[in-house]
Amino acid sequence: MVAAPLTSVPAGSTAGAAAAAWLADLAGAPLPSRRQEDWRFTDLSPLLAIPTGIAAPSGGLPADPWRALSLPAGVERLDAQQAERALGTSLTACAAADHWPVRLNAGAAPATLVLRVDGDGGSLELPLAAPEGDGLVAWRLLLLLEPGARLELLQVPHAAPGHRQLLSLVTEVVLAEDARLNLGCLALGRDDCCLLNHLAVRQAPGSELLATTVSTGWSLARHEPRVLQEQGAARTRLRGLQRVEGRQLADTHSCVRFEGPEGELDQLHKAVAGGAGRSVFNGAVQVPRAAQRTNAAQMSRNLLLSDRARIDTKPELEIVADDVKCAHGATVSQLQREELFYLRSRGIDAGTAARLLQRAFCEEVLRELPSTARRHDPITALLGDV
Amino acid sequence: MIRPDAPTLLEIRDLRASVEDQPILKGVSLTIRAGEIHAVMGRNGSGKSTLSKVLAGHPAYTVTGGSVLYRGENLLELDPEQRARIGLFLGFQYPVEIPGVSNLEFLRVATNARRAERGEEELDTFAFEDLVRERLAVVQMDPAFLERSVNEGFSGGEKKRNEILQMALLEPVVAILDETDSGLDIDALRIVAGGVNQLAGPDNATLLITHYQRLLDLITPDHVHVMAAGRILRSGGKELALELERSGYDWVDQELARLGGEPERQPVEVA
Ligand SMILES: Nc1ncnc2c1ncn2[C@@H]1O[C@H](COP(=O)(O)OP(=O)(O)O)[C@@H](O)[C@H]1O
Ligand SMILES: [Mg+2]
Repeated sequence: MVAAPLTSVPAGSTAGAAAAAWLADLAGAPLPSRRQEDWRFTDLSPLLAIPTGIAAPSGGLPADPWRALSLPAGVERLDAQQAERALGTSLTACAAADHWPVRLNAGAAPATLVLRVDGDGGSLELPLAAPEGDGLVAWRLLLLLEPGARLELLQVPHAAPGHRQLLSLVTEVVLAEDARLNLGCLALGRDDCCLLNHLAVRQAPGSELLATTVSTGWSLARHEPRVLQEQGAARTRLRGLQRVEGRQLADTHSCVRFEGPEGELDQLHKAVAGGAGRSVFNGAVQVPRAAQRTNAAQMSRNLLLSDRARIDTKPELEIVADDVKCAHGATVSQLQREELFYLRSRGIDAGTAARLLQRAFCEEVLRELPSTARRHDPITALLGDV
Repeated sequence: MIRPDAPTLLEIRDLRASVEDQPILKGVSLTIRAGEIHAVMGRNGSGKSTLSKVLAGHPAYTVTGGSVLYRGENLLELDPEQRARIGLFLGFQYPVEIPGVSNLEFLRVATNARRAERGEEELDTFAFEDLVRERLAVVQMDPAFLERSVNEGFSGGEKKRNEILQMALLEPVVAILDETDSGLDIDALRIVAGGVNQLAGPDNATLLITHYQRLLDLITPDHVHVMAAGRILRSGGKELALELERSGYDWVDQELARLGGEPERQPVEVA
């Protein structure tokens, strides 16, 4: 669907000021400003162009957006009471409870889903379809994986067609010993909508996390995967792909912390920036003294398609332990001229050739999404028809 | 095969081209008729690859003078993809690796672009697989290469075979093969030369760029041209190649000096 791009409302204007006040009130804290290090490159004014209020269809909000969700064997839904002990623990452990997007989510009385997985939970797609109506939509999830449990879960946050919305998603995960989670988030957005996506994961030793986030089309998208290896000795694999064009902004601020020895991190973040779009990546990796023999690798690869687009990428390594391997790197390149010419010299027009090369760039991350993602044809959503 | 009445496919007249404001081609003239096989020889840095890239339309090269007619049409005003679609083919000296793009899909998209230009229907994936399997035989290539990324991790010889496979699929009218023989062992050379011979016919033409007689032992050229310092110094029949094999290129410097031209620049390695 084609929507008019957001005209960002200057914070000083009346509408902008009213929206800022409403959001601040909900979160119990003023909007972050670019003077804060964490938000230095990220202008939040697109949030102020979303109509204020909680999005709701005229008949009122359904009590539970997931009442019809059928769960595979091994996956059980807990009610709020049963979940009380675990709710919030990952956020607290990841030092995120006071983080502004998390506070905003809490203030919006989010629809909440808690899933407990014992044994093999198989593969599950979790629809996150926003209700109709302009304004803020908030979801909160908690995934509890018991020792040795496994689950593949795809989140598909989706704004309601024709409505200008700010989607707020907070996902908490607790992985017990030897649990394995493949978590995907396929966030195909629109130019008149924003997404704040926070993920907080606690990993016990022997557990494995693969978390893949794919994001395109949002006026503003902010992804905040945070992982705590509580005693090290776990494996964390993070994948990110974000595409911006027009005046869109996508920002990923990740943080992985090792609180014990022999943890592993393998992180790849990719961005494609066209038009006057802006992509931000900040990857924190914290290796305190207790985390000896940590093995961490972080790579940021970026494709710059226009000279008006902008890419800011920064590793943020805090390494105190001395016996660690910690590799990191970042590249920003344009489509390779020789590759383009080779394709064109075989009769492939310049546009198709460019899309083939971009698709190859994106596939490296897309193929890591849970297999059900294919149904959504993410490559077409990202690049149009090839 | 020389036929004086054969139609002219490519007519290069006094072609001049530069890269980064540095003149490389300094007046190349060459006429290629249907059914002919031409060989262009010359030392490293003499401008052979530049000639091939300019003909294929590489954007790094600026044409500063002269003209190129392809079947009577001004080739130089066409985009590279349009040149390919109407039947010009360049076999690269250094085929490019494209990680993440499947060789099979690349071949199919390219083949369909050429077919569309010829008014033929597009081949779907199944019909194309049949065609590509048949053409693989021309270069005796393992079908496993179709599943890999374009040229990625291919050996030198495998890359050259992949070039000839593309040629077999695109059925060009004028094929320019830039050092398709370099880096091949004798078996691979036989296979590649066999492929080229199989594809050569009365209605198309081939321009072989090579250093070595050994390719010309397998593919007999009708015309041989010696390139030096961005121009064609001498042209002759196949005996010219044999003469070069015997006496080398030393005479080139004397001849260049006599012409008062600049000496050849030392080549910069450009892949
Ligand atoms: N893209 C390029 N950039 C800079 N110099 C180039 C480029 N292509 C060719 N040249 C220069 O042009 C000259 C001719 O090179 P080339 O055409 O590759 O010769 P050959 O193929 O005969 O060995 C050399 O001096 C080479 O360094
Ligand atoms: Mg060369």
